[in-house]
Amino acid sequence: MADELTSPSLSVRTKLARSGASSSPFLLDVDFSVPPGITILFGPSGAGKSTVLDCIAGLITPSEGRISVSGETLFDGAANKNIPPQNRHLGYLFQSPALFPHLTSKQNIEYGLANLQNGEREKSVAEILKLFHLENLASRKPAQLSGGEAQRVALARSLVTNPRVLLLDEPLSGLDTDLKNSIIADLRAWNAAHQIPILYVTHDRSEVDALGERVITIDKGKIVQQGIPREVLDAPRHERLALASGFENILEGIVKDVRLDDGVMRVVLNGSTTTIEVPLGHEKPGDKVRIAIRAGDILLALEKPSGLSARNVLQGTLQSVEQRSATMICKVNAGAVLEAHVTLSAARALSLHPGTELWIVLKTYSCHLVA
Amino acid sequence: MTELLLSFRLAFLVTAILLVLATPFAYWLAFTKWRAKFLIEAIVALPLVLPPTVLGFYLLIAMGPRGPLGKLWLALFGHTLAFTFTGLVIASVLYSLPFCIQPLVASFERLDPKLLDASRVLGASKWRTFRKIILPLSLPGVIIAIVLTFAHTLGEFGVVLMVGGNLQGITRTVSISIYDHVQSIEYAEANQLALTLLVISFVLLTFVYGTNRRAGLRWLTN
Repeated sequence: MADELTSPSLSVRTKLARSGASSSPFLLDVDFSVPPGITILFGPSGAGKSTVLDCIAGLITPSEGRISVSGETLFDGAANKNIPPQNRHLGYLFQSPALFPHLTSKQNIEYGLANLQNGEREKSVAEILKLFHLENLASRKPAQLSGGEAQRVALARSLVTNPRVLLLDEPLSGLDTDLKNSIIADLRAWNAAHQIPILYVTHDRSEVDALGERVITIDKGKIVQQGIPREVLDAPRHERLALASGFENILEGIVKDVRLDDGVMRVVLNGSTTTIEVPLGHEKPGDKVRIAIRAGDILLALEKPSGLSARNVLQGTLQSVEQRSATMICKVNAGAVLEAHVTLSAARALSLHPGTELWIVLKTYSCHLVA
Repeated sequence: MTELLLSFRLAFLVTAILLVLATPFAYWLAFTKWRAKFLIEAIVALPLVLPPTVLGFYLLIAMGPRGPLGKLWLALFGHTLAFTFTGLVIASVLYSLPFCIQPLVASFERLDPKLLDASRVLGASKWRTFRKIILPLSLPGVIIAIVLTFAHTLGEFGVVLMVGGNLQGITRTVSISIYDHVQSIEYAEANQLALTLLVISFVLLTFVYGTNRRAGLRWLTN
């Protein structure tokens, strides 16, 4: 990690008080670097992710800080330097494609190439149209494009200018999975060939898994964690991030005892006598803790299992089952109500229905302590 | 016929001057984050609610030999502005300002701000963004502004009478001429001019609505 970050291409340090009408006001205060490759900026909505991108692009002026790309300063509050957005030479893809409605796809893509000579411009546009499979859409107006096509044209429009940095603000939200995957593939291919810093904002865990080499998590204007996605998102240290990264269960409890030798502690869940074993934290007996558990990490059994390595085997009753696409959402009352996800075939094999007596099996390491 | 020509000359001049002046003004009003902008908006909208005689009265005072505008003109050209065609043009520009500026501001404000952000990020200056994105997308608003300004100037009466008086070939516009004819019980002549204005107004409005519809469709097809 540290080695990767020693020669950053984009470095950002900004402070800015946000008093947005839609979200609660907060102080944005971040300091991070983005090396070439895809870095995900991850966090719940309203965390300040888009504001960070707007600051980098120059659409919002931070109150203090410094932003630079490959050694060139774009903004320096102390030196009173603020390069206007049109001279920053960055690519920025918004959540909406923001294509110019009166221009064709081709004219949209050409828009950022005004400084090139005609021949060069034609060549660049032809190349990018081919690369993004847009040749047959070249003469269409945005109103005649589907959502996925429009976003692909917008991506081509950003990349044809050979930006020094690419900023993406939830560009795939609202597109279906197939389209997402094909655009992600295009983006990965571009990344492999060009290796510029790409900062990708999302609150969708699946996009993090598909794209991320690095992830920076942010909440309420502050950076919470950074690192590789698996490490950061599988062990979230904040409840809001845990919920955002797909931890369906957040349980509260009191530490009963701490077993230093075993590296575990036992926690009594609030409002019940149920005790579960969790990895060791900094807490002492009697302290309050919060535990995040993925619904997919919970095993269900009809009879009390034995001879397992898993330390938590809890008895409970199935409260409700609900099908959501290819997953069965099961709510099990085992002192506390836990959400467990099982496949359709598993639900059939166990003939799950409300009232079924069940055993819940939970590994100690599937229980994550969060703040 | 001199009255009709004079009115058209006035309307053309005023529309041309207003387009040049009102467009940057409207751009500023639409995009400024200045908090006291409502004050300017109120001042611009004043001619909409003021009786034309009130506006005309103050303009007459300003343009007279003791008024600031009149004094300036006197020093520069040797005569005041009251009861001259130039005075009429200046008065009409002020009187028709809201009719030109409001459709422009409305259509600028309706633009998706993300389009303007996209243009800037793609390297376009504010001026290029204005020419290539804002103006073409606001074309229906521009056409409405032109037609409303033109028609409104063509038909004004009170301000013209106060500032310009009733001098044939200099300040006697169609509407004043119609009034004159009615006063002299020359209904046939009055009707001729009135009907001409009615037809012209109708044709202009048909053009506005027709263009607007086609302009709206143009981005969807071809």
